[in-house]
Amino acid sequence: MITFVVNGREVHSEQPGDTPLLWVIREELGLTGTKFGCGIAQCGACTVHVNGNPVRSCSTPVSAAAGRKVTTIEGLSPTSEHALQKAWIAEQVPQCGYCQSGQIMQAAALLAKNQQPTREQIVSHMNGNICRCGTYNRIVRAIQRASKEA
Amino acid sequence: MLLETKISRRGFIKTAGALTFSFTFAGQVSKALAQDGVAKFNAWVTIGADGTVTVAMPAAEMGQGTLTALPLILAEELDADWSKVTYQYAPPNPKIYGNYHPLFAGAMLTAASVSTPGYWMSMRLGGAQARRVLLDNVARQWSVPVEELSTEPSVVAHAKSGRRISYGDVVRFATVPAEPPQISEADLKKPAQFRLIGRKDIPRVDVPSKVDGSAKYGIDVRLPGMLYASVIEAPHDGAKATQINAEDALKIPGVKKVLPLPFGVAVLGDTVNATLKGRRALKVKWDAAGAPGGGFDSEEALQEYARHARDPNAKAMAWFEKGDAPKALAGAAKTMRAEYSSVHCYHAQMEPMNCVARVAADGQSAEVWTGTQSIALAAFVASSVLKTTPDKIRVHQHLLGGGYGRRIWPDAVAQAVVLANITKEPIKLMLTREDDLAAARPRPMTYHVLKAGLDGSGNVVAWHHRLADENVDAVAAPPRFKATGGKDIIGWRGLEQPFYGVPNMLADAVREQRGVRVHAWRGIGAGYNKFASESFLDEIAHATGKEPLALRLELTKDHPRAQAVIKAVAEMADWTKPRGKDRALGIAFSDYHESFSAGIAEVSLDRKSGKIRVHDYWIAGDAGIVVQPENAHAQLESAVVYGLSSALSEELTFKDGAVQQTNFHQYQLLRMSDMPEIHTRIIVTDNAPTGLGELGVPTVAPAIGNAVFKLTGKRLRQLPMSPQRVTAVLKG
Repeated sequence: MITFVVNGREVHSEQPGDTPLLWVIREELGLTGTKFGCGIAQCGACTVHVNGNPVRSCSTPVSAAAGRKVTTIEGLSPTSEHALQKAWIAEQVPQCGYCQSGQIMQAAALLAKNQQPTREQIVSHMNGNICRCGTYNRIVRAIQRASKEA
Repeated sequence: MLLETKISRRGFIKTAGALTFSFTFAGQVSKALAQDGVAKFNAWVTIGADGTVTVAMPAAEMGQGTLTALPLILAEELDADWSKVTYQYAPPNPKIYGNYHPLFAGAMLTAASVSTPGYWMSMRLGGAQARRVLLDNVARQWSVPVEELSTEPSVVAHAKSGRRISYGDVVRFATVPAEPPQISEADLKKPAQFRLIGRKDIPRVDVPSKVDGSAKYGIDVRLPGMLYASVIEAPHDGAKATQINAEDALKIPGVKKVLPLPFGVAVLGDTVNATLKGRRALKVKWDAAGAPGGGFDSEEALQEYARHARDPNAKAMAWFEKGDAPKALAGAAKTMRAEYSSVHCYHAQMEPMNCVARVAADGQSAEVWTGTQSIALAAFVASSVLKTTPDKIRVHQHLLGGGYGRRIWPDAVAQAVVLANITKEPIKLMLTREDDLAAARPRPMTYHVLKAGLDGSGNVVAWHHRLADENVDAVAAPPRFKATGGKDIIGWRGLEQPFYGVPNMLADAVREQRGVRVHAWRGIGAGYNKFASESFLDEIAHATGKEPLALRLELTKDHPRAQAVIKAVAEMADWTKPRGKDRALGIAFSDYHESFSAGIAEVSLDRKSGKIRVHDYWIAGDAGIVVQPENAHAQLESAVVYGLSSALSEELTFKDGAVQQTNFHQYQLLRMSDMPEIHTRIIVTDNAPTGLGELGVPTVAPAIGNAVFKLTGKRLRQLPMSPQRVTAVLKG
């Protein structure tokens, strides 16, 4: 049994330790905001935080989360009012929306370490997250907006 | 659900606290209201005593904003308070909820950028008729002439007496006529009277759920007791599994079953992890002898397409004809000729295909949970699997994690229903990204030969565009393909040139039949056909000493809307401003389903690597009345990015009938670091909406190619314009 904390709550998983964290989060814990996109850490749709660091949960075994704190999109803010979430709405970023949980979690990790990132820093940090609807420029604007308002 | 069970042909049904307006306009509506003589449409709305207005939603939300736009249109004519408007997905019943756009002629399908155009009048009439019934009821109740009543958002008002009543309160006493009142176009609002349509401050209703993880897609559905399924699908339609070694797979804890099926081999398990492990342990050998696409090699095939496109004796079908192009070409003072090609492209919708299905114990009915561009097709396919009728299938529509054409075809629904019919337990079928690529239904690979005839002054007097490719309609819309005698309405789109004043024009196509499951892909035929034709037009401009912008303005001189987008984009980009020796601009124009766009790309080039950098992209679009301006900009921008990605990097190749790319490390999508600044301008006109979800795609590739020519003097003739191809052209 693997014990870790998800969004402030202690959880226990009976899954084998090599199970990707993604499937434990989505199918066992029912936190479906974290998405499956590629399974090989190429698209970023599954991004969550483990001890504050952005990781691709599709390629992170659940054993690596043991004793650690996992944050998913559902736990980013208790009221869904993280500066990024507000900025995402203000900039009307999402279209199909499928990649956006991962985008926001990836961006949140950046702002947690660097409250005033340059455009280049934003692009470099976000480049592993694919958005097939092409909302990239709005994502940049939303991160810049959040960095100003945070 | 009320709307599913109590649809009356005419008249309204009074139910507990709610009025259901259920209209069938066919036969009642004047021909003038139905575009192009197609009048098979319906619309409806429920108003609760609490004032909640529920609009039946006949279309899918895949990022294009339809969940906001369609209810907003109805709310406009109903004069509803937007904060009280919600939606409920309509059941799969094309007879009532079909899209009356001429392209669909009543099919219940979300595609081709025509949800707003196709439901525009249905929604308006539905709203206006409900408003009239409300007014008639108040007039009766208050004993005043109906002409003295007016509406404000969700309120009926009588100015003379100062009385006001909310729609919800009207519902408490309202009765409904057996024959609903006739509504004509004259009863509808004029654009100047719109309160909701065209407002920039109304956000999309689905956005909040997409920033906190609460949005529900098909892949998010979980049912008690369900089994997970993974299918090793046959690499091409018609291939058979000959050897299945399931021994190792069945040893994995949690793997329940391995099932050989007509379309592949399925692994069922308790968890995703066990199922995928089992699937990796499974060994299958295939016999492709009976598969039409079994030996398909895209590289070889493209050479054959080229030969067919060049062959004057090849059998071609005409798509667009004006004057006598062959004769005018033969008699021209000078002729020009050029060839272009494009590769297959994969939709790469971020949510892999999936479906949850539960089949009743008797195998006669089913429920499916999925996100689909056509719940009607999903219900039809599921009913075919069970040999029952579509009304026995309940489709629970979800948000789509990208559609772009891929989610028209319900292959995952069919497979999930087959499996659930065997197990009689709920099945959650999920394709991995690798499966999704292997099951690609791509944009066709194409080859183009273009010819132009010029008179002594360099004017274009003849034009011939010949395309060779597989026909999408043959795969995706066989009944229509048959009815048109073999025209590919999806794949040939954009070959036509209705807005260029060339006296003699011919566009025709040679059909290839290779067994690839070619499909509609955002921008459909216009995506590659405009690459060829707008690049060729650029060649003509340079050959005749004409300026590319001036030539397009000259050719569109009889079409003010086409001229307006071209002039607008030239102004936006400051077309005549010198860009220095390292950068250049290229321009392209494209109509798309009666909408208009023009785009300009500013590019530079790394001559060592061959990598094109697009710094800025300007695009002007005219799609008539715009319902949601902010979203219209977002859609144009999104389509430009889709166009950029396919123009610069996307390439799906086949060897021995199978897709060679397995995941995003090989199928390269545009990422943030390659984004240009995108500048959009929407020209709003009073024309009925013509759609803009794909409008941004077609101009991108030719505008980039034309800019690279300006910069280097080299013409790029193949999509994608990847570094490797560009390098080869620069050397050659």
